Amino acid sequence: MSAPLLSLRAVSKNFGGLAVISDVSFDVPQGSRTALIGPNGAGKTTLFNLISGVFAPSEGEIRLDGQAIDGLPSRSRIGLGIARSFQNIRLMPHLSVVENVMLGQQARAGSLAGMLTPLSLFGRSRWRREAEDLLDRMGLSTYPGEVVATLPYGIRKKIEVVRALVAKPKILLLDEPAAGLNDTETANLRDFLMTISQTGVTLLVVEHDMSLVRSLCDHAVVLNFGRKIYDGSTRSVQDDPAVLEAYLGTRQAGKARTQEADHVA
Amino acid sequence: MSGYWAGILSILAINVIFAYGIFLPVATGQLNLGGAGFQALGAYTAAYLSAMFDLPVPVTVGVGMVVAGVVGFLIAFPILRTRGVYLVLATFAFAEVVAGTILNSETLGGAMGMSVPAFIDWDVPVIVAACVTLFVFYLMSTRFGLTMRATHDDEVVTDLMGVNIRMVQVSAFAIGGALAGLAGGLYAHSFSFVEIQSFNALVSIYVLLYVLLGGTQTAWGPLAGAAFFTLLPELLRTVLPQVKSFLAALVGIEGPVGPPDDSWRFVILGALTIAMMVLRPEGLITRTMLERLRFRRPSPSKEQVA
Repeated sequence: MSAPLLSLRAVSKNFGGLAVISDVSFDVPQGSRTALIGPNGAGKTTLFNLISGVFAPSEGEIRLDGQAIDGLPSRSRIGLGIARSFQNIRLMPHLSVVENVMLGQQARAGSLAGMLTPLSLFGRSRWRREAEDLLDRMGLSTYPGEVVATLPYGIRKKIEVVRALVAKPKILLLDEPAAGLNDTETANLRDFLMTISQTGVTLLVVEHDMSLVRSLCDHAVVLNFGRKIYDGSTRSVQDDPAVLEAYLGTRQAGKARTQEADHVA
Repeated sequence: MSGYWAGILSILAINVIFAYGIFLPVATGQLNLGGAGFQALGAYTAAYLSAMFDLPVPVTVGVGMVVAGVVGFLIAFPILRTRGVYLVLATFAFAEVVAGTILNSETLGGAMGMSVPAFIDWDVPVIVAACVTLFVFYLMSTRFGLTMRATHDDEVVTDLMGVNIRMVQVSAFAIGGALAGLAGGLYAHSFSFVEIQSFNALVSIYVLLYVLLGGTQTAWGPLAGAAFFTLLPELLRTVLPQVKSFLAALVGIEGPVGPPDDSWRFVILGALTIAMMVLRPEGLITRTMLERLRFRRPSPSKEQVA
């Protein structure tokens, strides 16, 4: 396994007396497609918020490329190479598609001169062309001028990924990218993410759709009640007893439940 | 041009500049109910410099704009720490502090007001308003404008995109303050007299209404809002009696009739304001509307191709 791009060391997060993340350590290898899975409330989104800087960890350390990042302000992290999408789409509803994407360029274009250069006053600026080209390559060329609030869910999900991607990140954090998508859209999304991965971007994906996880990811980390219970290949994740227990309960309880269901039927 | 129309044009131009001054913070998600305070700073600075030192108008108005901008910049740091209704109250309180200070200052004429010796005709405010409009359109087309609108929509995500949202908010507030000060300076010279009563809370409320009802999403909004609220009462002044006598004639009444008389135009204005809030809650001019206008033009040719 190659050197880790992102590594978490003994990270904990408490909200008051509630321990949401307890002593979690794992590495995300450079260039990998790592899945972060676990039942609802396991702490996956909180972990994303710690990595992207929305919250500071109560204890432990987060490193990117060997550099500790948990003391840095949240807005500087995208410039270091951490970009993310959100569980509930958080595009700017009053901005057009291309404007949302251009927002993702901020870390590369946000100097004083960059802030004061028109993006589309006289013709298209290079930033606008870059955003439109990327939308085009991702199959979203029909929408650039439209206001985001009016677009369908699946399209908005993809635009959010493009917005993160235009920052040219080293690692892309995707929070349930396939939630609410149908089978065709999910297959589409997998191809889309594979293309991104082939350009050298490391992916860390929170996802409930196990068939997507198996077909997309090569590495999985499983959380339950804020603790890591599995860290390894996606192939063996579903045979791991701790993971099975977390998702389905114990074998005994599972059997009893099946029999009960049969009885009722 | 008659003095009446010259006066209307001056006040329209001043209101447009003033509205842009409030639009900038509002477009960033900060309701500024202290407009009159910034306008008073600009107006009194210009009036004082003109009356005491006889400085030329560009200097007095320019200094007034800078004073209002610097004060805006300085108070932005504490004031923008508050949120929602507390921010509205804080900006409102700022305007009251400015008014109270001027009212108790003998140098600035106190409750008596001050005469402003240098007079400017309607053309100066109109030209300045045109320049300010172009400036705001330019500003909204830059990445700074983009981050302003993004901050308005979602501060957390805008921050995660790498935007220094505090810098954006403070800049928008300070530039807005400067524009409101500019409107004040022009007001002082256009009407040759300043008194603190003309910078009261109602002025702050009206200018915020121009912006909110005109639309906060594009730079067209404040222009439409200021024009609507400045011109409509004047329009009603002539139209209302005509409509009334026409209706009266329909039912066979000749000669003078009772209410609604001239003063009822503000009732109508109020009713129209409520109607606009109901029918166009995001303002008269929205981005969706502009996009539709833009897409309407090429669509016939597309149909021909298909």
